[in-house]
Amino acid sequence: MIRLEKRPQPSKAWTVATPILAVILTMIFGGIMFGLIGTSPFEAIRTIFWDPLFHPQFANFSRPQLLVKAGPLILIAIGLSIGFRAGIWNIGAEGQYIMGAICGAGAGLALYPMDSVLILPLMIVAGALGGWAWAMIPALLKVKFGTNEILVSLMLVYVAENLLASVSSGILRNPEGMGFPGSRNLSQWSSSQNLELIPNTGMHLGVLTAFIAVILAYVLLTRHIQGFNIRLTGEAPRAAKFAGVSPARTILFCLGLAGALAGMAGLFEVTGPAGQVSIDFGSGYGFTAIIVAFLGRLHPVGILLAGLLMALTYIGGELAQLMLGVPGASIQLFQGMLLFFLLGVDVLTNYRVRIGKGEVST
Amino acid sequence: MPDDLLRLSGLTKAYPGVVANDDVSFDIREGEIHALLGENGAGKSTLVKMIYGLVKPDKGSMTLRGAPYAPSEPSAARKSGVAMVFQHFSLFDALDVAENVALGMENPPPRRDLAKQIREVSETYGLPLDPSRTVGTLSAGERQRVEIIRCLLQDPKLLIMDEPTSVLTPQEVEILFQTLRKLKSEGTAILYISHKLEEIRALCDHATILRLGKKVATCTPSETTARAMAEMMIGSSFASPAAKHTTPGEVLLRVDNLTMPAPGAFGTPLRGISFELRAGEVLGFGGVAGNGQDELLLALSGERTTKRGTIWVKGADISRDGPIDRRAAGFLTAPEERLGHAAAPNMSLTENAVLTAGRRQHLVKKGFINWGRADRFAEDVIKRFDVRTPGTHVAARALSGGNLQKFVIGREVAQDPDILVVNQPTWGVDAAAAAAIRQALLDLASKGAAILVVSQDLDELLEISDRFGALNEGRLSALKPVVDLNMEEIGLMMGGAHDMEVAHVDA
Repeated sequence: MIRLEKRPQPSKAWTVATPILAVILTMIFGGIMFGLIGTSPFEAIRTIFWDPLFHPQFANFSRPQLLVKAGPLILIAIGLSIGFRAGIWNIGAEGQYIMGAICGAGAGLALYPMDSVLILPLMIVAGALGGWAWAMIPALLKVKFGTNEILVSLMLVYVAENLLASVSSGILRNPEGMGFPGSRNLSQWSSSQNLELIPNTGMHLGVLTAFIAVILAYVLLTRHIQGFNIRLTGEAPRAAKFAGVSPARTILFCLGLAGALAGMAGLFEVTGPAGQVSIDFGSGYGFTAIIVAFLGRLHPVGILLAGLLMALTYIGGELAQLMLGVPGASIQLFQGMLLFFLLGVDVLTNYRVRIGKGEVST
Repeated sequence: MPDDLLRLSGLTKAYPGVVANDDVSFDIREGEIHALLGENGAGKSTLVKMIYGLVKPDKGSMTLRGAPYAPSEPSAARKSGVAMVFQHFSLFDALDVAENVALGMENPPPRRDLAKQIREVSETYGLPLDPSRTVGTLSAGERQRVEIIRCLLQDPKLLIMDEPTSVLTPQEVEILFQTLRKLKSEGTAILYISHKLEEIRALCDHATILRLGKKVATCTPSETTARAMAEMMIGSSFASPAAKHTTPGEVLLRVDNLTMPAPGAFGTPLRGISFELRAGEVLGFGGVAGNGQDELLLALSGERTTKRGTIWVKGADISRDGPIDRRAAGFLTAPEERLGHAAAPNMSLTENAVLTAGRRQHLVKKGFINWGRADRFAEDVIKRFDVRTPGTHVAARALSGGNLQKFVIGREVAQDPDILVVNQPTWGVDAAAAAAIRQALLDLASKGAAILVVSQDLDELLEISDRFGALNEGRLSALKPVVDLNMEEIGLMMGGAHDMEVAHVDA
């Protein structure tokens, strides 16, 4: 009989080893799945994990995409992870991301066609505020009325998507766009464009911000009393109250921070890779970032690596669809496996597997 | 001579790193009350868990009325006629008495029959209980009766009782004893687990004494002095707290007509609590659990703030201050529940040191935590209070209850508070550690701190307090000097028999 025995404390070695084990298991079972649908497993795995970086023909295009895709994922996931650490489940980062883009773009477009180096910083602040304000709705409702932030933040995603559709064919529509929905192209307006900082790397201001956020989050969680209080709230809410941590303030801080970072991610996206506010601007980064946050063990460095890995499977997945003709659903299944195995083997961090006779014990 | 009901021979059970029971053999006779005596960690719980089918012995065997007895689970034990009343009740607050009893039965009869049976049993054994009362509204003593009646309905041959009096007032204890004696007279054997020696002397026919997992002695309690039994139990002497002569100084803490609604559906409201606590004084608050102890602690620690003008520290109104400001004013508290309230289970001892000592010990500067300093402070607490742990990096939940208790109390004492409020400071701690904790509190008082000890252990309160008061349904009794008190008076202060009728046996 196999039985799980609780470790006296979480194993440090397994904390590091489980993500690697999960990736290996995903490769094995994903490979079997690709085999079953008639694709060579090795080719499929190579196309997903290797070719985006090293394929002689495609790598030049796909390599910068890695940072372009990973940047917003990491930035949003860092914000979410801090709330998750405190047991505050913001599921609505997608909405905050969209609102950040709308508010930031709106602030910039209000000044069009003025020419100033201050416009982009202003837009970043407006984007962060937009995301923050959107996150404050579930935060204040939770503090005042004890509503469930999961439901409220999630529902507000759909509100944000409708607002996005409304403004891109209404107030923010490009007056010179011949009636097509969508705003002016912000990446082509010198005052608002968020260009690559180093050519052909994909490294734009948003990616840089994401890296800075990783460092600051690390310092916050390991050195600062606010980070300690957040971890304490998540670990033992009653002990946190005893220590003197205000639950309301923690909720406002965590949701606010997550909203502001998601809003900034939206703004960097709309001024860079996406270029304009349009109906299909929402790309699911806000939801995928939840996976990234857990894949990275809610640890800033883990999130950095998880964001890059997630971006890789996205780019690799697209590449596999293109080159091997595998169906899109198989790629989603593959990504789902990754999360499944990650959460599944996580049990090894807190439990050790014992093989032998079990007993009923309390 | 009556026959043996249950015979244990050579029972051994080892857990990783510790042998809980080592070759334990003894007999329980038909219709006797048999005491199982030992300190915390002596292996009493493991032993009864084996008898009740919760744990399987590694070695050894049991026979019940001559037949081999090896229950694989509690329901098998119950079928064989072995029932158990646990120290911690497993009752649902929101359900009524009859529903709770039905949940513990294999084939519960229809509700009307069950209610009738409950009434019959409760009349017969002097345990008055209304089957339709909601359990959440019952006192601890009444809840215990629900558990006892649940067992009695199964007509057991052997009833195991795990520290049944730890939650009862002296009067409730007397009622329980009458019930147990009646059961005995009807031929039910009782295995009575306790470390309260006077109770055992009054009640039990035989006693088996465990120490560190081994059976060390047997005795006839009525013929043995409490002192002799204590020595068998402990095996060595320990320092009892030194007597002290206090001359109370100025008033450090004043609570003035503190009234507060209950925090939840089953909490207790605080009703007009007023007292003064002076420098150098130890004040003891007794009372049966659930009479406002936890609520008072929440109000004093600042986790729930109170109406302006109700709590004063050194003449300043701190009623609206949170825990951090109260600590800054030298007013520290230690709640009852170690894991989850006083300490975060998954965090290291160093991190748990920061939990309350961050500001006062200058472990946090400009918002940044000085981990080196925090580690040294935790190390200091571990050394001063003899906390047995491999190091400060260990998670709080990896410590045994007693060691963690020493750490969380030590963490507050080491901060040199002006006022310290502790709830159940020695709950579940072995005698030596309990003595050390009490001594630390007395030392702190002799240095001029004001100490409030809230506890359900009357012996402890009488030993260390200067003045005594009792909480009953959120009210505080008048405070009296301990030297003037006797057990009878204390019982009355604790709320009499808690609205209980005396058992009308054979009514």
